[in-house]
Amino acid sequence: MTPTPASVSRRRFLQRSALAGAAGLLGVRASAQDTVTLPFANGERKLAKFPGKRPLILQTSRPPQLETPFFVFNEGVITPNDAFFVRYHLANIPLSIDPDTFRLAVQGHVEKPLELSLAELRKMDAVELVAVNQCSGNSRGFFVPRVGGGQSGNGNMGNAKWRGVPLKAVLEKAGVKAGAKQVVFDGLDKPTLEKTPDFVKALDFDHAADGEVMLAYEMNGEPLPMLNGFPLRLVVPGCYGTYWVKHLHDITVIADTLENFWMATAYRIPCTPGAAIPPGTTPAKTEPIQRFNVRSFITSVADGATIPANKHSMLRGIAFDGGAGIREVVVSLDGGRTWQGADLGEDLGRYSFREWRLPVALVQTGPLEIKCRAFNRIGESQPMEPLWNPSGYMRNVVETVKATVA
Amino acid sequence: MKTLPAFSLLLLAAATVTAAPVTIELPPETATFKPAKGAELAQANCLICHSSEYIASQPPMPRKFWEANVKKMIEKYAAPTPPEAVAAIVDYLVASYGVPDVPKP
Repeated sequence: MTPTPASVSRRRFLQRSALAGAAGLLGVRASAQDTVTLPFANGERKLAKFPGKRPLILQTSRPPQLETPFFVFNEGVITPNDAFFVRYHLANIPLSIDPDTFRLAVQGHVEKPLELSLAELRKMDAVELVAVNQCSGNSRGFFVPRVGGGQSGNGNMGNAKWRGVPLKAVLEKAGVKAGAKQVVFDGLDKPTLEKTPDFVKALDFDHAADGEVMLAYEMNGEPLPMLNGFPLRLVVPGCYGTYWVKHLHDITVIADTLENFWMATAYRIPCTPGAAIPPGTTPAKTEPIQRFNVRSFITSVADGATIPANKHSMLRGIAFDGGAGIREVVVSLDGGRTWQGADLGEDLGRYSFREWRLPVALVQTGPLEIKCRAFNRIGESQPMEPLWNPSGYMRNVVETVKATVA
Repeated sequence: MKTLPAFSLLLLAAATVTAAPVTIELPPETATFKPAKGAELAQANCLICHSSEYIASQPPMPRKFWEANVKKMIEKYAAPTPPEAVAAIVDYLVASYGVPDVPKP
């Protein structure tokens, strides 16, 4: 097979970019019954409409866990608020919050404990950052052998422009005492049973005070949707969503280490390269999950799609990593034998999705296996074969889309 | 004029200086357990904290998976499941959502 890349003008690109949508190439299969089938065993899911959201893939209804249909990622590098995934742990979630009476407590190992209103937070110097949020278990359904937990496809991720105040500024306002070791975050979501461990997370102090970790009150220019943490959530750029505590109302600085269920037992990865261990085994030693590894996706062609032969088309996708920034994306049209560099789209910052594009004109008809692989600015990339860990975290294999040229 | 959904209006209200709380209403929970022997026990115990999709969406897994998860719910999440109900719940989960163990030759 000898696919011929062709350079196309921007105008032609704009004309051709309608191709994917027009040909219906994208995303999971939707049926008349408003269900989708994620491509793994027992992958059938309903689409459900929740407040502030368009119909999304219903993983669980109580507490709500909603996955973004994958075709959304081909519509732009910013994920719209109403399509952004939702992931809660505990079912007693806030359904009504008065933004005027809401207060953020800052306490613990500080000189001056604070009770900040949203108005007070909004009066502080604001920062904006485009950053990906990704669930630790994004893509867990693809693990082989399968593992328990939320069985998501690739849609438990999203990229938004967050606006808020640096956590560092709030900590400075409170005056952190010497010896601070961690900062602990609690949201208004609570367990149903009193004895169930409340969802509380911690960051090491130096990380929390790095100036990038943010208390966000806006997402893509609007107040946060309730199901994404209204009125205030933690944004931890480059790190997994488990730290992005929603409905954040309590920040406690501590002089020791938080050893609760959600830090000491859950959300831990093997202390091995790539957090990988042989499939089916148990890790010898674990540590809390932390930063994203490198990922990239083909968004313009869905598995099983047909691409017209002898026509210019634009292959497109996205890439991201834990904050080094994407340096290069390479694409293979022959199942990984040869690779060519893709053009990178606008740089919205090192924590954002980065679009990639590759104009192609496919001459030879027949099956086509497309792969994409990203490299970040510190030389990290994606494995050709999937890695495995028992919790189904951090999948980042080089993705493959099988299509047909006809 | 385009009609804004109720939620958008609430958000607009929140953005101004009014005292209105932002309120949402979740859609009704429609998922149910597969009817089979033991379903009433799963209903009485599992549904205290979460909807049945937590179980129904799992891959086809063997008995030890379901045993480990019921144990985890009790030991880590403090599920008040009576010890005498555990075996029947596991049987139900394996029969309805799992795969039977392959007998060793």
